[in-house]
Order: sequence, then structure tokens, then C-alpha cells
Amino acid sequence: MTVRRTTLGGRTYEFAALSDLLAKATPARSGDVLAGCAAESQAERVAAQTVLADLPLTVFLDEHVVAPEDDDVTRLILDTHDPVAFAPVAGLTVGALREWLLARAAERDEAAISGLARGLTPEMVAATSKLMRNADLIAVARRTRVVTGLRGTLGLPGRLASRLQPNSPTDDPVGVTASILDGLLHGCGDAVIGINPATDSPAQTRALLDLVDAIISRYEIPTQSCVLAHVTTTLRVLEAGAPVDLVFQSVAGTQAGNRGFGVTLDQLAEARAGALALGRGTVGSNVTYFETGQGSALSADAHHGVGGRPVDQQTLECRAYGVARAYDPLLVNTVVGFIGPEYLYDGKQVVRAGLEDHFCGKLLGLPMGVDVCYTNHTDVDGDDTDTLTLLLGAAGCAFVIAVPGSDDVMLHYQSLSFHDVLTARQVLDLRPAPEFEAWLARMDLLGDDGRVRELTPDAPAARALLAAAR
Amino acid sequence: MTGPTTVADDPWQVLRGATRARVALGRAGDGLPTARELEFRAAHAAARDAVHTPLDPDLVRAQLDGLELLEVHSAAPERPTYLQRPDLGRRLAPGSCLPPGPHDLALVVADGLSPRAVHEHAAGTVRAVLERLPGWTVAPLVLAHQARVALGDEVGAALGARAVVVLIGERPGLSSADSLGLYLTWDPRPGRADSERNCVSNVRPPHGQGYAQAADTLVALLGAARELGASGVVLKDEGRALPPGAG
Repeated sequence: MTVRRTTLGGRTYEFAALSDLLAKATPARSGDVLAGCAAESQAERVAAQTVLADLPLTVFLDEHVVAPEDDDVTRLILDTHDPVAFAPVAGLTVGALREWLLARAAERDEAAISGLARGLTPEMVAATSKLMRNADLIAVARRTRVVTGLRGTLGLPGRLASRLQPNSPTDDPVGVTASILDGLLHGCGDAVIGINPATDSPAQTRALLDLVDAIISRYEIPTQSCVLAHVTTTLRVLEAGAPVDLVFQSVAGTQAGNRGFGVTLDQLAEARAGALALGRGTVGSNVTYFETGQGSALSADAHHGVGGRPVDQQTLECRAYGVARAYDPLLVNTVVGFIGPEYLYDGKQVVRAGLEDHFCGKLLGLPMGVDVCYTNHTDVDGDDTDTLTLLLGAAGCAFVIAVPGSDDVMLHYQSLSFHDVLTARQVLDLRPAPEFEAWLARMDLLGDDGRVRELTPDAPAARALLAAAR
Repeated sequence: MTGPTTVADDPWQVLRGATRARVALGRAGDGLPTARELEFRAAHAAARDAVHTPLDPDLVRAQLDGLELLEVHSAAPERPTYLQRPDLGRRLAPGSCLPPGPHDLALVVADGLSPRAVHEHAAGTVRAVLERLPGWTVAPLVLAHQARVALGDEVGAALGARAVVVLIGERPGLSSADSLGLYLTWDPRPGRADSERNCVSNVRPPHGQGYAQAADTLVALLGAARELGASGVVLKDEGRALPPGAG
């Protein structure tokens, strides 16, 4: 274990391990304090960043934060590292990679940035993000291109898609349908119509899949459905003939964290193969969907690495992206304010984490979305979510989550509203996914200016869609 | 507030009757109509205030008139620390002292994430529970400040109680800022896992569970836990195996 040190302001700071250096270089957040790995002063944080900036990227291929012999996520990361993709930056330090990325972004060289994905490890990307300000994270992410598709195309420039999340506390089909129609009438649902089931039973999952599939078929909507049940539940109903577009799973950045979610890497591969075999895509063949979030490993006491040392939550989050990208996902989103103030305390921390997660996921090659959200015991409100949403729109975020009126009546937290999606698109001149936009036009839901129109009671479009609610 | 740019007639009335979700809100441009925006803010404000309202021991004492009440504090000295350090909310403040039993049961009334839930529903729930436990010896009631559920393990152990029930303010939702949860742990001692507890949640009449209904469920769980000498997942499974009414 290499001890690294630097002197700043006449004081010498020592970092006993790579995980220690990464943790202390991380912008302040409550979860790292809770885990006992945060910098103890602002000066120590900058000292760590100073040491980190001079670290060669190749160090991350030889020195690990979580030991490969203990952890299949580390092994996956090392096994899938592509030296050819890495070559353009292989001689750089962490600080020099930051500058390289900013230079390519300024030149709008999307190919150079996007081509790095398989050559970078999650730890390299996490380290780089720790040296970047919010605007750096936005500038580079905006010039990183990740395009995926199944029945709609996601990640194209100038587009902002949304997951329509029509959750119901009782999985009531009428309630779910009402929320779906409300979302469609607001131009939402192009990323996916994705339901968190209230109960994780195969029967309930099947019923919800059939419900959404019927709506998609009836109106010929170029989007995909997902019921966010456990991957084993989805695999079971898939084998029984259910219309599964996407297999979903929450994933974490350690093997122990994934064990906490009750999932193995083999199960993810099996589920992906199952959905792929159904051949339900029309414009692409990305059939997986993953959710992540800073703090998920810590909340499962699965955040320890080499020598039993705690690993900071943002580095672990990036390692979760290392898991996700092995399964060619259509969608990945961080759920950035969900777990609570013990991980991200306030609006400042949530905004920072949302931009970090988006940047890191995208640079690693993921079709990155964000659930911009908060709970009532966190010091976050609609002003903070507006800030993050508009910054994400500027950063080229693939999709956000939207629920009726920001109020998820099943999960009891606040995400974005359908209105927030419309506002972000209008302010930043962003459009829905192209296939979905064409569908909105066919349904007469778009005005002459291309915006989703506000309907009147007698509008044929409203009548046509509302027929499904009756 | 109405005007030419807001929705005069509601095209989506049919959706509203179908769900509690905030559908068919109308639009002001791409944003919300002012009235809908203010409704949302009012719900969020109620939930935020429920989290940050300080626990009022005098109020709880008055509501529980005649019952002996001990007060304890967790190791989290104030609200911001409590919110960021759940580990501190699970431990008693240094120097805390409670009289040892033995008792069959300890009841801990804890502020949790909604002191408002305690103010509104703790006394009613405590009374309903106590009147259903004639044969049990019950320790003096404990009122706990800045407390998490697991604080009950240390309190129950210190009181020498065979079981502890923590009545705690649950994380407020937009439409439920005053929900009380009841957590039963048999043989309480520090280090108990959440899987070793049973929970009766959403006590908040008239919208959620009533006191009598919640107390019936809790007392049934207590009886089953005493028979089994354990609580948690094992009790839940056992409970399912029992014939109807046997709990």
C-alpha cells in the first residue's frame, strides 16, 4: 500500500491508501462523513485533490480500491478494460485527463471523448470528476455521445427524453392508466413507461406489463415498457410469455452491494439474453435498464474495500456504472436524492452529485438519465430540482424521470413533474426522441411551433387518448 | 387566479376520479397553474415542518396525564446532526440513566422524522395498547428525543424489558405528515437487526390505521413473540402459518 503525501499551507497531509485519497478528494457530502472517510478539513480536501491530480491513470489498473480477489465487480472492470480505447490518454495523469477532456469539449470533438469509454475504468472517471467543477462536468458531458435504441432512439443531440413513472400504491390498473395518459398528453414517456410495482410478485408484474403493452399497442406508441420488479421476477414472467421490453435491476458498485440487491452478474447476463431473444426492438436492441444511486452500497454496509477501508460513495457509484455497461443498457439512471440526507444533505450536494453521476456514467459509455428527486427530510425543494434539471439539460442528459405533479404516491418522494419536462425542453430548445415526436405529431398533440399543445375538452387528441381511461 | 392563459375548462376530468396521483393539473404555459403550484407547496411545507417541529415533552406529558414518563436523548444533539448521522440517533447520549426492571414490556415514544406524528397520535396509541395488556408488567414510558427505531434496543435493555415497542414518527410524505409507526423488538439489546423487528405502520386516524386497530395488531404480535421468544422475520413467517384467529 503506497502512502502518498503533499504539503499545503505549511502542513503535510498523508493519504494511506488509494481509497483514502479518492475519498478525501471528494467534494463534501454527508454520506462520506457517515462512512468515516471524508476529508476532515477543506484544506485536506484540496491537498488530496492536489495529490490525485498528479496520479498517472495507469495506477488505477494496478492498484485497487476494492480487491479483485474479493469482488467480482473489480474483476469485471479489469477484464473489460480496453487498452486500445485507453491509448489516447494512457500517458496522462488524472489532472491532465481533466484538461484533455475540456480541450476536446471546447473543440466539440465528440468522437474523441466518446471513443474513450471502454478504455476508462470507473475509478479513473471518478477521480477525474473530483477535480472538476460543475461547469466542467456539464461541458464535457455535453460533448459525450451515447446513443441507444429499442423502439425509440435515445441520446441524440438536442433531445431530452423522459421516463413516465405512473406508480400506484396498490398497482391499481385504473390509476396507473390515468397517470400514463396524463403523461402522454404532456409529451412524456419517450424513454420508457416504467412502473415501480407496489408488490414484487410475478402475477402483479405480469398484469402491469400486459396493461402497458396494451396501451402501447393500441396507440402504436414508439416507446418501451418496463415494470421495475427484481430481475429474477422479470425473468420468470418473461419465460412464461409476458411482453417484456426491458429487464430492470438496481445495481451497486461492489459484489456485496449487489448481494444486498439479491443479484449476481450471471443473473444479469441471463436476463439480458432472455429479453434479447424476444426481439421486441424496432430501431435497436438495447434491452436492459439499471438504476443506481450514491449511498446504496453504504446503506447496505457494502462499502468497504482493500484493508476493510470505507470507499467513498461517488467512486462506488461509478463502479456501479462499470456493472451496468457490461449489459448494453437502453437506460441507466441515478436516483440522486432518494435515500436521504445522511447521503446527500441538501440541494448543493444533490445538484453536485447529479452532475457527477451524469458525467461519469456518460463518459463510461452509458445512456445516462437522472431521477431528479428528493425526500421531505432533505433540505431540497423545487428550486433545487429546477436548477439540476436545467443543468442536466445543458449537459445533454438522455432522460429524466417524471411523475404526475412531482408527487410519487407509491414511493412517497418527489421527482420531476411532466410540466418540468416541458419547461426544460422549452427553455433549452430540446425535443423528445424522434420516433416519439413523430407519434405526438400524428396524435395531433403538437402545435405548429412543435411544442406539446395545451388541450381543450373537445380536442380529438384528448378524446382519443382518454378513451382508454373509460 | 384565472385568466385567458389558464385552463378555463378542464379537459381531463375523467382522469381525476381514477387516481390519487396529481393528474390533470392543467397548465400555465409549460408550468403549473398558480393554484396547483400553491397546493403542492402547502403539502411540501407541511411535510417539512413535521420533520423540523421540535418534540414538545410538556404536550406529550399532558396528553398522557397520570402515566410516569422518563425522558432520554439520543447521541445526536440537534436536528441537523440527527438527519446526517443515523448512527447517533440509534445510541443514547453519554451518561443516560434508566432504572432497571425487570418488566415484560417497555414503550418508547420517539420523535423520529415526524415529531408531529407523536404529538397527534402517540397518546391515543399508548392508551389503546396499555388497555389491551392487562397481564403485562410495563416499564415507565420513555420519551426519546432525536431518536431512531434502534434506540429502543438500548432503552429496552437498560430497563430490563423482555420486549420493547418504539412508537415513532415516520418519514413524512406529501399527503401524510403525521404517520406513526410501531416497531416491536423481542429481547432488545444493541446490535439487533431490522429483520428482528415487526412493524405496524401508518397509524394516523382517520386517514390511516386507527388506534384500536393498530393496538390489536401489535398486541397479537406481542403475544406471538412471547410464545416464540423472538420477533422479526421469523415471527412473521410463524404468524402466517398459524390458523386464522390464533395470533
